[in-house]
Amino acid sequence: MLGETEPEWLSEEVKTGTTIIAIEFNAGVVLGSDSRVSAGASVVNRVMNKLSPLHDKIYCALSGSAADAQTIAEIVNYQLDVHSTEIGEDPQVRSAATLVRNISYKYKEELSAHLIVAGWDRRDGGQVFATLNGLLTRQPFAIGGSGSSYVYGFVDAEYRRGMSKEECQQFVVNTLSLAMNRDGSSGGVAYIVTIDEQGTEEKVILGNDLPTFVDQ
Amino acid sequence: MARPNVLLTPAAGFDFDNAARNVALEGLFEGGQTPKPLKTGTTIAGVVFKDGVVLGADTRATSSEVVADKMCAKIHYIAPNIYCCGAGTAADTEKTTDLVSSNLTIFSLNSDRNPRVVMAVNILQDMLYRYHGKIGASLILGGVDCTGNHLYTVGPYGSVNTMPYLAMGSGDLAALGILEDRFKPDLELEEAKELVRVAIHAGIMSDLGSGNNVDICVITRKGADYIRPFQESEYKDTRKMKYRYRPGTTPVLTEKVVPLELEVVQETVQQMDTA
Repeated sequence: MLGETEPEWLSEEVKTGTTIIAIEFNAGVVLGSDSRVSAGASVVNRVMNKLSPLHDKIYCALSGSAADAQTIAEIVNYQLDVHSTEIGEDPQVRSAATLVRNISYKYKEELSAHLIVAGWDRRDGGQVFATLNGLLTRQPFAIGGSGSSYVYGFVDAEYRRGMSKEECQQFVVNTLSLAMNRDGSSGGVAYIVTIDEQGTEEKVILGNDLPTFVDQ
Repeated sequence: MARPNVLLTPAAGFDFDNAARNVALEGLFEGGQTPKPLKTGTTIAGVVFKDGVVLGADTRATSSEVVADKMCAKIHYIAPNIYCCGAGTAADTEKTTDLVSSNLTIFSLNSDRNPRVVMAVNILQDMLYRYHGKIGASLILGGVDCTGNHLYTVGPYGSVNTMPYLAMGSGDLAALGILEDRFKPDLELEEAKELVRVAIHAGIMSDLGSGNNVDICVITRKGADYIRPFQESEYKDTRKMKYRYRPGTTPVLTEKVVPLELEVVQETVQQMDTA
């Protein structure tokens, strides 16, 4: 008891070791994430929804430090709210991504979070933006988080242009399932958000219902 | 910086003003190691049930390996309908919850409305994030307001989680084991109290930093019921806290009176001004 130090995970920063993915289809976007939040070796929250709304039809996927990512999402949510009131209409996805990028770039030394911004707007339809380390780039799909390393090969091989909404949702679920199986910091359930002109649909896929692959 | 008054809007964005000062302070200590704040091992838990929220905590406060306080109160008052359990550095949890409580009281008086749990969560998250984990407070907030029954946890770095059942502190894994196994949605009051009691008890048994009694706080629409202690420790302390003796307990054997002869040397009169 004397001189015994407490477990490290008590004072370690809470990270969302994560798998996040966003993909664009012809009329919108599909975002997906796992649900594990860890502090060292301890799972702090096994059902956290990492897909955070920035506006009605714009969502962002959180990864990295939980506190940093949550705070950036909240600040940008507020800034977008003000911006959309000022312009009198729904904001563009590029605007949301730019706001996230501005924070990520200005405070890049102090922050440790990567947000993928995706959504639908009237001007350009479905769009996915990556904002890693303060860059801003539009991509057909983006993956992030610690689990993404394990599925780069899969997404590069399996992605095809012109997939339908259902095919995209299946692609996202497959990717998440593969990453969650291989990455220790990803797991739990899968959250899927589909955004198109008609609206936003949120779905949860429980552990048992995730697709299984070889050796399962 | 912590805002003493919630009516002042803090500047937008991140505030890293203290970063340079902290670096300078580190240079003042030998080896660049700033002194580590004392942590108190704890088990705190909360459960949402049908009619409200039940919060529970142990009552041991430790200073390294010595129990500093056997009857420490870890469930703090925030508002009549909101209570907060605190784990981590005792001074930090105490001061942080006091700050939030006074902020919400000012808000209440200003707007003539009852405070909501999300308000407390937002103020806490904002403040803890600004201090980047230097304030070692892990808090479980629970309360009932016009929007329903709420239970949130805020970590020392400013991350927020909301779940129907939560546990924090050094005994959290033990308590979480019980909660994961026995929690069901829409519990009755007695079931919820029993579940929290068992969860805290597991923390007390399995964690060296938690111990002594179990405190419970039940919050419903009607109000809050703070039961302290809910369950007393099996190991009772039979030492008397007060040692008072009746006059005459000690027998007087001899008595000797010596008058002191005093001489008046100087006499001064000072007028008292009663105006």
